[in-house]
Amino acid sequence: MIAEAGHYALVLALALALIQSTVPILGARLHDPALMNVARSTALAQLLFVGGSFAALVTLHVTSDFSVVNVFENSHSLKPLIYKITGVWGNHEGSMLLWVSILALFGGLVAAFGNNLPLSLRAHVLAVQAWIASAFYLFILITSNPFLRIANPPIEGRDLNPVLQDIGLAVHPPMLYLGYVGFSISFSFAVAALLEGRIDAAWARWVRPWTLLAWIFLTLGIAMGSYWAYYELGWGGWWFWDPVENASLMPWLAGTALLHSAVVMEKRNALKVWTILLSILTFSLSLLGTFLVRSGVLTSVHAFATDPERGVFILLILCIFIGGSLSLYAWRASALKQGGLFAPISREGALVLNNLFLTTACATVFIGTLYPLALEVITGDKISVGAPFFNLTFAPLFVPLMIAVPFGPLLAWKRGDLLGAAQRLVAAGVVALIAIALLWAWTLGGSTLAPLAIGLAVFVIAGALSDLVERTGLFRLPLGTALRRARGLPRSSWGTVFAHAGVGVALIGIVCETTWNTEYIGSMKPHDVAHVAGYALTLDGVRQRQGPNFREMIAQFTASLDGERLSVMTPSKRSFTTRGSTTTEAALLTRGASQLYISLGDTAADGEIAVRIYHKPMVLLIWFGPVLMAFGGMLSLSDRRLRVGAPKPARASRQLQPAE
Amino acid sequence: MKQISAQLLACLFAVSVMFGCSAVYAVQPDEIMSDPAKELRARDLSRELRCMVCQNQSIDDSEAPLARDLRLLVRERIAAGDSDAQVLDFLVARYGEFVLLKPRVEPHTLLLWLLPPLALAGGGVALWINSRRRTKSAAAGDGSTVKLTADEEARLQELIAEEPLRDRSV
Repeated sequence: MIAEAGHYALVLALALALIQSTVPILGARLHDPALMNVARSTALAQLLFVGGSFAALVTLHVTSDFSVVNVFENSHSLKPLIYKITGVWGNHEGSMLLWVSILALFGGLVAAFGNNLPLSLRAHVLAVQAWIASAFYLFILITSNPFLRIANPPIEGRDLNPVLQDIGLAVHPPMLYLGYVGFSISFSFAVAALLEGRIDAAWARWVRPWTLLAWIFLTLGIAMGSYWAYYELGWGGWWFWDPVENASLMPWLAGTALLHSAVVMEKRNALKVWTILLSILTFSLSLLGTFLVRSGVLTSVHAFATDPERGVFILLILCIFIGGSLSLYAWRASALKQGGLFAPISREGALVLNNLFLTTACATVFIGTLYPLALEVITGDKISVGAPFFNLTFAPLFVPLMIAVPFGPLLAWKRGDLLGAAQRLVAAGVVALIAIALLWAWTLGGSTLAPLAIGLAVFVIAGALSDLVERTGLFRLPLGTALRRARGLPRSSWGTVFAHAGVGVALIGIVCETTWNTEYIGSMKPHDVAHVAGYALTLDGVRQRQGPNFREMIAQFTASLDGERLSVMTPSKRSFTTRGSTTTEAALLTRGASQLYISLGDTAADGEIAVRIYHKPMVLLIWFGPVLMAFGGMLSLSDRRLRVGAPKPARASRQLQPAE
Repeated sequence: MKQISAQLLACLFAVSVMFGCSAVYAVQPDEIMSDPAKELRARDLSRELRCMVCQNQSIDDSEAPLARDLRLLVRERIAAGDSDAQVLDFLVARYGEFVLLKPRVEPHTLLLWLLPPLALAGGGVALWINSRRRTKSAAAGDGSTVKLTADEEARLQELIAEEPLRDRSV
């Protein structure tokens, strides 16, 4: 009954989406407010029905109703409750349902909080959202229905893949989807602007918070996924340049570029056509990611060819939306007036440079990910493009970008003074040089590149801080005045500082981890001691334990430094009986931003266990950086100017804001 | 292996789905060479070689039996005195170019290597041309003002009328 209700709710949502895709556009053509307002009610009703459908699937999973194929294949009655819930999106059908639920959520948010949008713009935006929604409802209903029943219900399910039975699954996919799907709003705004043939600074002001919101989620989602891979996969890697990861990195790079070009558009009414194109591209890349992951084309071109139903359907959606929107762009973009002139050396110029490097980086990832597929389809040659290729092509693009980052916020709009900005960055440059010199002296004879890279990161962080010092007049004005100015500073300026500093912080983590990572690989018996980076790790013993749906072998290590006992670490190996598979649970010991990492391998016949121990210096900064970036994004989002809803003019603080 | 990896890919949307070969454990203790310098070379080479039954994993990261065979092969060649290039040549001759995670620059991979720099250069040139064109058209005078529709004009008047006087001065 619940399954049928969920299925039916989804069909109703499709019907609503079809109405929403047509009636409001008609209303806009006929200048009929009543017809245009249909979009608002249908968007909210759609959210209600999709939400109901999603709740139905969650209920089926929680109650372990194995008469439903999806539950049977991905759940087990003994699975802990949290994994019963997260297991809903730990499979193809459920994750697509989550995808459309989030799409409906964003549509509902625009409908609920978009009262200050011009009526026809809102009608167009929601109609475009409904086009996307209709396509994906159809996809789910035709090829991936999660509510199908089994004629003879089995008494037990097949359990969720053990690697996915982790708290990471509760956070990572929903975050990532909020990011991916969030960019659909910027896409819809862009297409709506093209349909209407009008675009102005107010348009950018409406689009920016939505883009920012999606970007924050995507940033956190990617960082979370990377940390999950780091502790779950057991060999301490955190980024693999896997096509599936690249699929999420591409929209992030394009989205970051979009975020910056939208600033130019909002403040200076320039780069309109480019901002529109970026909005389209960012969401297109999200769709491409969906296609790459969902079609199975990555596993093998042949797998795609033998079971093409889902893949071809998504490919069709992809072609229609990307092809359609780009054709619309080619047709209408010339009608949009270019405005806001600026000199090459200016804040706008810096943001354009940012866009050039970010989009090139995005193109590099795109080429590296799709080239092997294209080559195999066209010539039949099989090649691999992996981490070594991306490290070689991607890194050089980020060096000039990072050097330019601190300059951007210090340049004036329209016509900037590069020399003046450089003078204000002297302090940051000096700090960076000191850092390089110290590191060089400290790691004498070691890597030459690593201190330089860290110097660059320090420059970015110090540069972000000098921007803050500059704006508040710290060290120049009395402390009280500086504090007052700091309070009066727009939140978006604070956001810029945090986000840019986050880039530097992440880079420090990346460089330290890849350069000074130490590892120990060996076989250990109880009471053996392993020495890694000054730490002594003693294997105390091994014991067995029965978990709710697995058995695990736990090894207990005592970690000590200079004879002083620090803590006990318990890495384990779990075997899941239902699927007959094993996972390793690494043990982590955090010391400052560094971590000790132990994972277990196989046990030999004589009782020796293969052990891998790593010391990863500053590794936590890799994820702390993105968290800082996202925090900066949230500060910026909370800026009065951008707050979702009607921006009310503030009265008291106005005279305190420095002119930008 | 293939099946597991396909299943997993279907499970998750993005990041962290490398467990194609349930890569719990890569280099085994018994594989390590006694000479640390040679072992380091072996590790560096391993990172550039693909485990061919896995989803985009290097043999350094993969637990698959094939990856182990390849790791042992690499160490065998190094022990026999091969240079890094010779080891790679040997593996390419045996397993094809698919084994290299960083494709060699050859006619059919030329586009792959050239596109990133070309994209950067092309983007730069496009920006330069665009900036020049706009400076010219600015000199000729342009009308970048946006016309409001009648509705919006009315709404604007309404808003101005609503707004308290003291705000208008700011």
